[in-house]
Amino acid sequence: MDVTLHVWRQKSAADRGRFVRYEARNISPDMSFLEMFDVVNEGLIARGEDPIAFDHDCREGICGTCGMVINGVAHGPRRGTTVCQLHLRSFRDGDTITVEPWRARPFPVIKDLVVDRGAFDRIIQAGGFISVPTGSAPDANAIPIPKPDADLAMDAASCIGCGACVAACPNGAAMLFTAAKVSHLGLLPQGQPERRQRVRQMVVAMDREGFGSCTNYAECEAVCPKAISIRFIARMNRDYLKASLME
Amino acid sequence: MSRLFLFYRSSIGKKVVMAVTGLVLFGFVVVHMAGNLKVYQGAEKINAYGEFLRAMGSPVFSHGQVLWIARIVLLASVALHIMAAVQLILMNRRARPVGYTHQDPIQATYASRTMIWSGPVIALFVIYHLLHFTAGTVHPSFRAGDIYHNVIAGFRVWYVSAFYIVAMVGLGFHLYHGVWSLFQTLGINDVRVDRFFRRLAAVATVAVVAGNISIPVTVLLGLIS
Amino acid sequence: MELRASVPSGPVEQKWDNHRFEMKLVSPANKRKYTILVVGSGLAGASAAASLAELGYNVTCFCYQDSPRRAHSIAAQGGINAAKNYRNDGDSVFRLFYDTIKGGDYRAREANVYRLAQLSVNIIDQCVAQGVPFAREYGGLLDNRSFGGAQVSRTFYARGQTGQQLLLGAYSALSRQVGLGRVAMYPRHEMLDLVVIDGKTRGVVVRDMVTGQIESHAGDAVVLGTGGYSNVFYLSTNAKGCNATAIWRAYKRGAAMANPSFTQIHPTCIPVSGDHQSKLTLMSESLRNDGRIWVPQQKGDTRPPDRIPEAERDYYLERRYPAFGNLVPRDVASRAAKAVCDEGFGVGPGGLGVYLDLTDAIKRLGEQVIRERYGNLFEMYERITGENPYERPMRIYPAVHYTMGGLWVDYNLMSTIDGLYVIGEANFSDHGANRLGASALMQGLADGYFILPATIGDYLARTKQEKLDPSHSAFRRVEAEVTERTKRLLAIRGKRTVDSFHREFGRLMWEYCGMSRNVQGLQVALEKIPALRAEFWENVNVLGANEELNQSLEKAGRVADFFEFAELMCHDALERAESCGCHFREEYQTPDGEALRDDADFAHVAAWEFAGVDNPPILHKESLAFQYVSLTQRSYK
Ligand SMILES: Cc1cc2nc3c(=O)[nH]c(=O)nc-3n(C[C@H](O)[C@H](O)[C@H](O)COP(=O)(O)OP(=O)(O)OC[C@H]3O[C@@H](n4cnc5c(N)ncnc54)[C@H](O)[C@@H]3O)c2cc1C
Ligand code: HEM
Ligand code: FES
Repeated sequence: MDVTLHVWRQKSAADRGRFVRYEARNISPDMSFLEMFDVVNEGLIARGEDPIAFDHDCREGICGTCGMVINGVAHGPRRGTTVCQLHLRSFRDGDTITVEPWRARPFPVIKDLVVDRGAFDRIIQAGGFISVPTGSAPDANAIPIPKPDADLAMDAASCIGCGACVAACPNGAAMLFTAAKVSHLGLLPQGQPERRQRVRQMVVAMDREGFGSCTNYAECEAVCPKAISIRFIARMNRDYLKASLME
Repeated sequence: MSRLFLFYRSSIGKKVVMAVTGLVLFGFVVVHMAGNLKVYQGAEKINAYGEFLRAMGSPVFSHGQVLWIARIVLLASVALHIMAAVQLILMNRRARPVGYTHQDPIQATYASRTMIWSGPVIALFVIYHLLHFTAGTVHPSFRAGDIYHNVIAGFRVWYVSAFYIVAMVGLGFHLYHGVWSLFQTLGINDVRVDRFFRRLAAVATVAVVAGNISIPVTVLLGLIS
Repeated sequence: MELRASVPSGPVEQKWDNHRFEMKLVSPANKRKYTILVVGSGLAGASAAASLAELGYNVTCFCYQDSPRRAHSIAAQGGINAAKNYRNDGDSVFRLFYDTIKGGDYRAREANVYRLAQLSVNIIDQCVAQGVPFAREYGGLLDNRSFGGAQVSRTFYARGQTGQQLLLGAYSALSRQVGLGRVAMYPRHEMLDLVVIDGKTRGVVVRDMVTGQIESHAGDAVVLGTGGYSNVFYLSTNAKGCNATAIWRAYKRGAAMANPSFTQIHPTCIPVSGDHQSKLTLMSESLRNDGRIWVPQQKGDTRPPDRIPEAERDYYLERRYPAFGNLVPRDVASRAAKAVCDEGFGVGPGGLGVYLDLTDAIKRLGEQVIRERYGNLFEMYERITGENPYERPMRIYPAVHYTMGGLWVDYNLMSTIDGLYVIGEANFSDHGANRLGASALMQGLADGYFILPATIGDYLARTKQEKLDPSHSAFRRVEAEVTERTKRLLAIRGKRTVDSFHREFGRLMWEYCGMSRNVQGLQVALEKIPALRAEFWENVNVLGANEELNQSLEKAGRVADFFEFAELMCHDALERAESCGCHFREEYQTPDGEALRDDADFAHVAAWEFAGVDNPPILHKESLAFQYVSLTQRSYK
């Protein structure tokens, strides 16, 4: 099949950037979207043109490195799927596809489709942990955790930190990402001692990075490759409210 | 105090303020709509209702005092609501300096995406509404205390009625998203109650909008006079 | 070069305790005077960096991804072993030790493996305390499953995302230390060389992958936790960025490389769909519990699977291994699949696939049960292939998945260069010639949380060395070499892309040094690889400049190292004239086609010393003595 790509090209953070049109010819519907980029890049290199930079690593939907906005949708048309797991059979022969990087002030473009998501790391550094130095842990079965709690914590913990939530949010908010971590740790007994402090510090860090606020559009949930629910945002709001006003 | 200030400084804090003030205003809108319906019971009832509102709280409070307190609360709510809204909107704008060439919503409702438009529509409407029925400045034949007359006479002007209807539709959109959203913001929502809050928002919206719109419509149709 | 394993004396179960007592300590006040450079932020690197910082050392940590949370450990699905014996099913530290040694086909060091089994229990405690949401039972206690043919249930798991959850645990501990200012984290920094001064490791040279800046970092010790080298085959289940660069450059600076040819092949991967294929995806082996593996009896039969009658199918595993059937170990299943495909019976694109058929199980247990057990795997399969596995048998093919070989380390996890420590998949230590399922995560975390933080203190306390800063001439020299090499790559401007070279020689490696090897093949490889490498250095086309994000340049550097590494692998495979574990030399097999070990001549670790790129490497042997387990030949008939 053949598709026409409009890809955002930007040499560096300082460059203004623009769309460039590429034709991807004779590609197989069994290719992943990134493999199509590989093919396009091989062609570019052969012509002596700079290949398109895009982030990726595991190519199996778990590391959270990849991410592109495809025709206006973060990670493209298939729900619950990262772009590395998106295959061309989700498109039609002759389609025109627009590809842009995540766009948010806290995610500055480094080059082409590659952005800097360091803001996420800084949010975690602000409190996304349980303080338990190596060696100080009690026996793993010392604290039973009801299965529903453990399962719900796991739902939240499955976040891969790709940033699609921010990319898709009309406000550029990082609420789903932050809420997933706050909820994961806040749902477990081990996470209780630092619960209030954690949510306060993480929300402050999130705001400091310059993310937007939450209007409850739920676009984040729609593009999340792990289908993390916005119920966790409500949980974080509750925790934050309690932590800020009580104590 | 400083803690409250810190709280307000955060994005969630501002949203909570919006939610609480939105809840107050929502409560007001519902009660107000219910009161408005007294117009169907005739001039006496609704004028008496107006008088009741002014007399509320006596003998502890003097005439009109409670109404003023209520007005102050409402005014403060509106002010806070708008202030937080403006700050959040600016924050959101700053968060995405370069936009997408095109972005299609996936599951965000129309109502949620138009909050920044339905809000100002309401604000304009409220100003007009106060000038129209409370101060009477823009009313063709305002009679202080005679609510029934003011309503009927006011709505006889078709474009005034039309504006009210449009404003109510705007309010409807605002409430449809807002009433569900505020529970999410306050952290009261969860999967089990989500349906309930969505329905609550829908029912309340329909009730408020239909109740309020019915009045100019019936006046224009000449069903009450 | 001398291989001193430094195994402490005493009975195996007391060695680690005794050793911990005998090791010198660095006083708390002095710890912050030491700087430790940790390369890698996977399970091994992140847990080490966090634990060292908690102890009070100054830590600098590097990774090539944009965040430490994305290291390839994130992709592990199945689980992590620990000898907790929560099931009361007869597990014990000794049994885990025994299984690991035996599973490794007796090519690992007993003392290390015993310590690994001992520490396995502490790992689970630590991870749970960090908030790793392991699967639980209704009573609230931890759930276990049996994995990879083990007879006890000792595998802890978090849905199909165990590696992710463990890594996020280690990452959160690391992040805490970064937040406290005790770890300086450098993401998007690739280590390109090691700096050794007077026989001691004193730092690394890295490239800032965003600006291209070549930077030196000096420290008192260097820790490599840079993962495995499966990508030497181009197609593997590893992430695209996984590389051998860090360990290879260390090797060229004098660290011995041990058993590089020990690579593990996983039997149940999704097959290649065409030439565009960029990586392979693993599906949990648990599918084999309910699935039957077959190919058509007729060569090149292109009928859809449901149109091939029962009588015309060859359930070759059940036929050849009646006792174990579809559950034979990974290497046996993998080899059998390759063999039937090589003979022309394979199915799917290019004939590189066999059917993994759950039709019977669906009939027997109902679709609901199958959906509960394998729903997520089926979904993944469907997403990648576009075929619905509930209606059509899945196609599978083996793929390279793990590398047991790596830099040689002693009991303290120190390489043959003083002050260079190697942890996780990057070292050769605990898995011998074959790794058991769910044991890599365990090893990475044992190394990082518990072993290295203890042993490195002993080294620092015993070693007097002055403080250095990166302006030292030795750093300048190495920086110049690195810069020179980068310039060379950028100056070639030939005709072929880096990927085309990598693809070609990956196929070569798969063909001749993959899951079965023979003298002729290895010799062919040893001729072809240097030739292709020479072509690479003349004809590769790397565009752009160094002073920018340049993904082609990154790849080129890695592929250049893989070329050299591949040769060493072939030397190692050739030298080891026996079959053991995953190393199957066709010349050495039993009449039934089983691996035939030669304990008299090969019960040793082959550790290679660098002797120049164009010279054959020098072999050193660390002989392995087994006091606690007796050597047996495995049989799955
Ligand atoms: C698909 C898959 C499934 C698996 N499932 C299981 C399982 O169920 N159970 C199990 O026990 N094991 C499993 N394994 C094996 C296991 O995941 C790995 O062996 C283990 O996670 C390796 O951890 P590590 O810390 O050594 O390396 P990695 O996690 O690979 O980390 C390497 C780190 O080094 C960094 N790095 C590499 N090179 C450089 C460089 N040149 N400069 C700077 N930084 C560098 C990387 O950025 C990264 O941070 C699986 C492996 C795969 C591929
Ligand atoms: C009768 C009057 C009003 C009522 C009942 C009302 C109610 C609400 C409610 C309940 C919310 C949801 C809060 C949340 O998500 O937690 C909301 C949000 C909002 N309101 Fe109002 N509101 C009113 C007037 C206004 C006015 C006058 C404005 C004008 C600027 C306004 C602007 C907004 C905006 C922009 C939001 C969305 C904020 C965000 O989530 O980012 N509203 N409103
Ligand atoms: S590349 Fe890892 S999630 Fe897509």
